[in-house]
Amino acid sequence: MKVTFPHMGNAHIPIKALLKGLKLEVIPPPPVSKKTMELGVKYSPEFACLPLKVNMGNFIEAIEAGADTIVMAGGWGPCRFGYYAQVERDILKNLNYDFRMVILEAPDSRLSDLLKQVKSLGENVSLWEAWKAIKFAWYKLNAVEKLERHFEYYLPRVVDKDKVEKIFDDGLKNIDQADERKEVHDFTNICLKKMQEQPCHNQPVLRIGLVGEIYTILEPVTNYHVARYMGRLNAEVTRSIYMSDWVNDHLLGGWIKKSRHAEIINCASPYLNYWVGGHGRETVGYTVDFARKQYDGVVQIGPLTCMPEIVAQSVLGKVSEREGIPCMTMYFDEHSGETGIYTRLEAFIDMLQRKSYLQSSFSTPIGVDNKFVL
Amino acid sequence: MKRVGIPHSLFYYYYYPLWKTFFSDLGANVISSSESNRLTLDQGIKLAVDETCLPIKVYFGHVQELCQQHLDYIFIPRLVSVEPKSYICPKFMGVPDMIRAALDNLPPLIDITIDVSKSDRSLKRDIMRVGSLFTNDDNQIKRAYTHACQENRFCRLLAREGYTMAEAISLWEGEQVNNPASGDLNIGVLGHGYSLYDPYISMNLVERLRKMGCNVFLPEALDIGCIEREAATIPKRVFWTLGRKMVGSALYMDKRADIDGIIYLACFGCGPDSLIGEIIENKVKNKSFMMLTIDEHSGEGGLVTRLEAFCDMLRRRRMRGEGNLPAYG
Ligand code: SF4
Ligand code: SF4
Repeated sequence: MKVTFPHMGNAHIPIKALLKGLKLEVIPPPPVSKKTMELGVKYSPEFACLPLKVNMGNFIEAIEAGADTIVMAGGWGPCRFGYYAQVERDILKNLNYDFRMVILEAPDSRLSDLLKQVKSLGENVSLWEAWKAIKFAWYKLNAVEKLERHFEYYLPRVVDKDKVEKIFDDGLKNIDQADERKEVHDFTNICLKKMQEQPCHNQPVLRIGLVGEIYTILEPVTNYHVARYMGRLNAEVTRSIYMSDWVNDHLLGGWIKKSRHAEIINCASPYLNYWVGGHGRETVGYTVDFARKQYDGVVQIGPLTCMPEIVAQSVLGKVSEREGIPCMTMYFDEHSGETGIYTRLEAFIDMLQRKSYLQSSFSTPIGVDNKFVL
Repeated sequence: MKRVGIPHSLFYYYYYPLWKTFFSDLGANVISSSESNRLTLDQGIKLAVDETCLPIKVYFGHVQELCQQHLDYIFIPRLVSVEPKSYICPKFMGVPDMIRAALDNLPPLIDITIDVSKSDRSLKRDIMRVGSLFTNDDNQIKRAYTHACQENRFCRLLAREGYTMAEAISLWEGEQVNNPASGDLNIGVLGHGYSLYDPYISMNLVERLRKMGCNVFLPEALDIGCIEREAATIPKRVFWTLGRKMVGSALYMDKRADIDGIIYLACFGCGPDSLIGEIIENKVKNKSFMMLTIDEHSGEGGLVTRLEAFCDMLRRRRMRGEGNLPAYG
């Protein structure tokens, strides 16, 4: 059995660790490339949302590289994702590929169910070994995220952006290849240290919240690397979704770390008072949260026609007005043009920079004056 | 008398008799917006975000129209699920919030949440809450609700005779509706009721087909048991109520000897349609199948051409005696 799975940003690092720990032979799909997109678009329903198309590209490339088993997540609505695996399997079968698909249906936040599903994947593993695999994967996931968060912090601040990108990418590669916990630990620290040693400029750094649909946020190829692009324009980007939070909230029922999920949901009201599938309500909640934390702006991203994000976008105008935070929405599909995307981003950042400059240069004197007047 | 507005859009086409009876029995004066038209759409386009699908845009237009009618309430339900373990669409779950964010001159909303995916307990509570806006008499509310459900069932019975839901509602209101004319081709027509039966959104699809000499078969006229049985043959249960009905109807029609072809009306940018359309296209093996995708820019000319070509093809095929062979060999 040669197992593969869909890509989602750096998630392949912990997923690979997990499957290997279950003594499975793993063939990850090649990194998402132009060819992946072309294959995906060619064989997917025309109006499906982008993640499905990228999944399809991943699966085809992985099967051609020798994989015979696909592990995919499922779900029970209300959004399209719950039906992805079915549609994908049918299309691949129609293309006459020979493979098996294992669908992990949402385990309803029950750790024991997840453990059972995970264990049943491995052929001859004990519960203890499965548990060890999960723990190691979780450890890797956290290491990856530590790098990501530091990278998000340093990219806008360092002088040499190419250099810090290289350090980050190398760090990820090393973590991916590490087989021992100790190695992961060491590689992480080496990488962090290198990032910290990079010379920084002292120009102002904007803070931008990145909210939206989970896949688009986690898989940079599907958002045309907007986070890196903004980082290079000296904007520090904080995401609404990190993989570990998602795993913690949705698969482990908030069991491992204290979660802000409930608080964020509260922030969404009164703008959006109901769950709308996907991460629509989180998008609204985090936008409010970023506004209250004095971020300079929020960028919402998602695949074109993404239903929960359209609902969220419909109320973001009100949020922006009432909470006083500039928001911009960007949707992506296979036809999006890079130039258009980057022009819009630059204009947005430019506007925020001017705004923050005006505030900082006038607010102090006016404030001082006011004091004297009073 | 309190005035309650009901938008003539979305689930109006499935539940208007229920809602109207309920509010009337509680002594309210029910006002519905006019049938969708150019103005409704233009206003909807102005109010809704660009990426929204056509039916939701049209809905915004209807609510805007109602805002000018001096109402005490507008009824904008949050339809989460109308049967166990199924949903309508994420957008339906956010409609009241989307409306609130887009319109400033709104009268108070009655935004009852309809969610029976797990149980109908909260729905019952919500009905009592809404009823208490009009009366203190709990029994009157319960009676009104029971009566309302009866009226809705009656209207559905009318639709089983081959009328569209829009026609069935007119009949239910006591208006005159012509008998669906009969023709020489039998065509199954599928789509979400709020696009298919809204003459403006669907550009009169059903009426046009009838004029071209077709007997139109709609999902509401089929036996529910047969639809569900066919829908259950695909590996994973479709968790969208309308989607499951479409898949079941298509498979059922695919097997029926008397049906010549199937047309599916989809909305551009619709999430469920993007996958359901694919599934149906894949599974319909014995009949000619045509998918029509519409948006606010679709023109009538293109529609007519495609419908005529489809009907011609079916007639030619019948003359050659090919019967019900698949469209492409
Ligand atoms: S949340 Fe968006 S991207 Fe995900 S399945 Fe739904 S529509 Fe597609
Ligand atoms: S089901 Fe499709 S057409 Fe209906 S509201 Fe949802 S996205 Fe729009």
